Amino acid sequence: MSDTTETAMPNIQLNLVGLSKNDYRGAQTTLCAGCGHNSISNQIIAAAYELNIVPEDVIKLSGIGCSSKSPAYFLNRSFGFNSLHGRMPSVATGAMFGDHTLKALAVSGDGDTTNIGMGQFKHIMRRNAPMVYIVENNGVYGLTKGQFSATAEMGLRLKYQGINHYFPVDVVQEAMASGATFVARSFAGDANQVKALIKAGLSHNGLAIIDIISPCVTFNNNDDSRHSYGWGREHQEPLHDFTYVPREQEIQLGEFPEGTTRQVEMHDGSTIVLKKLDRDYDPTSRAAAMRVIEESQDEEVLLTGLIYVDTERPSLTDIYELPQGRALNRMTDTELRPGKDMIEKANAMMF
Amino acid sequence: MTTPQVKEAKTSQGKAVVNDFSMTVATMNGSGSQTSNVTLLRALFKMGIPVSGKNLFPSNIQGLPTWYTIRVSKDGYLARRETHEVVVAMNPDTFVADLASVAPGGAFFYGDHLKFEINRDDISVHSFPAKLLAKESGAPANLRDYVANMAYVGVLAHMLDIDMDKIREALEYHFDGKEKPIALNMGVIDAAFAWSTANLKKTDPYRVEPMDKTSGFIMADGNTAGALGAIFGGVQFVAWYPITPASSFAEAISQNISAFRDKEGQDGKTYAIVQAEDELAAIGMTVGAGWSGLRSVTSTSGPGISLMTEFAGLAYYAEIPVVVWDVQRVGPSTGLPTRTSQGDILSTHFLGHGDTQQILMIPGSAQECFEFGWRSFDISERMQTPVFVMSDLDLGMNQWMTKPFEYPDQPMDRGKILWEKDLEALKEPWMRYKDVDGDGVPYRTAPGNRAPQSAWFARGTGHDESAKYSERADHWEANMDRLVRKYQTASQYVPAPVLQTRAGAKIGVIAYGSADPAILEAGDYLAADGLATDYLRLRAVPFTDEVRDFIAAHDKTYVVEMNRDGQMHKLLLLEYPEMAAKLSSLVKYDGLPLSALWVKESLQAEEQK
Repeated sequence: MSDTTETAMPNIQLNLVGLSKNDYRGAQTTLCAGCGHNSISNQIIAAAYELNIVPEDVIKLSGIGCSSKSPAYFLNRSFGFNSLHGRMPSVATGAMFGDHTLKALAVSGDGDTTNIGMGQFKHIMRRNAPMVYIVENNGVYGLTKGQFSATAEMGLRLKYQGINHYFPVDVVQEAMASGATFVARSFAGDANQVKALIKAGLSHNGLAIIDIISPCVTFNNNDDSRHSYGWGREHQEPLHDFTYVPREQEIQLGEFPEGTTRQVEMHDGSTIVLKKLDRDYDPTSRAAAMRVIEESQDEEVLLTGLIYVDTERPSLTDIYELPQGRALNRMTDTELRPGKDMIEKANAMMF
Repeated sequence: MTTPQVKEAKTSQGKAVVNDFSMTVATMNGSGSQTSNVTLLRALFKMGIPVSGKNLFPSNIQGLPTWYTIRVSKDGYLARRETHEVVVAMNPDTFVADLASVAPGGAFFYGDHLKFEINRDDISVHSFPAKLLAKESGAPANLRDYVANMAYVGVLAHMLDIDMDKIREALEYHFDGKEKPIALNMGVIDAAFAWSTANLKKTDPYRVEPMDKTSGFIMADGNTAGALGAIFGGVQFVAWYPITPASSFAEAISQNISAFRDKEGQDGKTYAIVQAEDELAAIGMTVGAGWSGLRSVTSTSGPGISLMTEFAGLAYYAEIPVVVWDVQRVGPSTGLPTRTSQGDILSTHFLGHGDTQQILMIPGSAQECFEFGWRSFDISERMQTPVFVMSDLDLGMNQWMTKPFEYPDQPMDRGKILWEKDLEALKEPWMRYKDVDGDGVPYRTAPGNRAPQSAWFARGTGHDESAKYSERADHWEANMDRLVRKYQTASQYVPAPVLQTRAGAKIGVIAYGSADPAILEAGDYLAADGLATDYLRLRAVPFTDEVRDFIAAHDKTYVVEMNRDGQMHKLLLLEYPEMAAKLSSLVKYDGLPLSALWVKESLQAEEQK
């Protein structure tokens, strides 16, 4: 290391917790150049940096697949668990109890979530585990070279597989059916929206599903494919203009003419400001959410934005009456092992 | 010393046989007979008579036949016996077979609503008006069928001399002191006792007398004992999925943890229990919690173990501490879900693909279930690997006379875990998978550790010493070799076997788990027949040096177990190939608890070959 490199360092921007963006990066990605997943990793890095999250306050989790490799490529200073194919939700559920003051961020793919992992995906939503669950959705298996996933549209033709004859799974629709309390869809090509939704998800006290159409440039990126960049750019239709306003920042409503916005207060004091576009959409209505998903399928549009949010339902860790601000994994032996006198009680319970 | 079979009791005026017989009650599943049976068992126990009870039940909620067998043994033998001197028949579907099953000279009791021909004159036969007694006791009509089974408790109390005060004591315990159900059931028992006194004449020799051989013992089932042990082990996270015969382990934690762990003024719980959607999720959650620094346990049986295979491999390779209770039942497949077995030894020891060696702990009594309940956490965290506690249906679900639970004799061992100040104190940079101490066990950190260098990336993929992804051949081999060292280290931490020796014994017996009472009893019979045997009860895999020494010290060693393939025998052959010729396998795999008679006769037959 020469002196010149040090002096050559320009004044590095630090966030409120004194960290630079580099402190949020991970290892060099090994995914394909142009992969949608890489741009999502970059937005995770940016969101965490801009939210002034200390990386040690985050656990990152994944299953198996291209998408599930990506946690190695962001938040190097966070604890991570690259678990089993389709089983990340169970690992995350258990891991969350170790220190419930941490934020959990999980990355999965469409195969990992809707093929092998459909069961665990549904059950973690039922339990409302406080976690951001990103589905990097490209309709195809990458690491095993180009097989259909359950989100591939009917009629999709892939090079080595022929035509898909099965009805596709809609991640957002499944999330709604299973009682997820934060349901969003985005497009890897829309970096700003991805980042804003990740920030909002990290502010949510419950399970935040973010289904991100994240094209696979190697196996499924023809313009007529529903998971391609071309189709996404042509067919993306935001539900609203989505602005995330952190707690410490005042909302400048003056920017918006009266009656053109909706606001959602998040658990951590931040606010989501939704500016109306073509329609006045209420993301707290389940019925409205189900309807717009159906419509978007009929109209063949890539509907993006915050589709549904419920900020009231207690999260998994709320239900368990864990100590305020103190982690289970910091409990002392005295707190965990009953005292000597209690052995008599145990024996007395028996006959 | 008694012989296993009671000989030649005359149907009249024979010599009394006191505190040494077996009785079986045949009822229909779901008819409420469990309360009656356990009440009999407990009353006998409170009379100071060594006693064991085995519920031989079907996989069914209501309607299929079920048997409960109670053995009273003045000599303290607790194994199941194959002959039954006293039989109570309450089930028309099995009446004929039940009548045929009574040992010559024994006594047969049946509810008089069962109309069958009595075709035996070598036993005493009595019918009693169970339904009438239930009705006359004033029990509400909707409960009469349930309390009708109490009638045989009253009849047997009279005919066998069971202390009615002890029966009341047992009911008080069963109903947690609630006077209404106690009175309801006691009403039927009293009425039946009175009816029996007025109407039945004792002609068989079997009866009980108070003695003083149960003081210093409790009655417990292994699942509850293990659950309480886990609570004393500081369990913090439980994930489970319902399965017979393991459900009552997790349920007993749920039901009891608050009483032991919630304290006045505490600002929250020190534990969490999640019923998962399946066994895959149960072990996944347990692994997640173990990774995050919690004492984490799941309970299951064979089918669940099969489902947990991939996670077991991950936890072995990523080195995550978790405890899995396997309450074994008969497999393969759904098998005999309500019958006992020791059939998961091989599959569980090697659970996972590739090269995997899992640590097994094998409790042999309810007291040991308690001990392994807490000790399994210490070993798992010390070794940073899964620990499988291999119980079985017989040990887990039946009531056992056992020594009282003992408070852990060692402080909690959290193993090599580093928090912020520990990392600060290190002279060299910490690396997750570096073998610093030469024992194969690395140091770990857990999420929530805020030191900037504390994080690591857990993965099932190849990794180097710093937990970074690696496909390098030398990294892979070095890591796998370290895991072997770690496994060898584990033999210093697992419980040593229990030895029973006899002067001049040249024959050894190795057994484990719930086989223990049958082996102990058979040893006495063999000695009485002139064949002295030594007995080593295995309590863990990896094997400790005592096992090698034991096999080496005997001309021949029989490995007795309850599975078809002689699974522990095979593991011993793998471990000690040089002594293979000294090892012989004796197996029984009929789903029933082992009997001493079978052990004795099979071993003698082998010796005569």
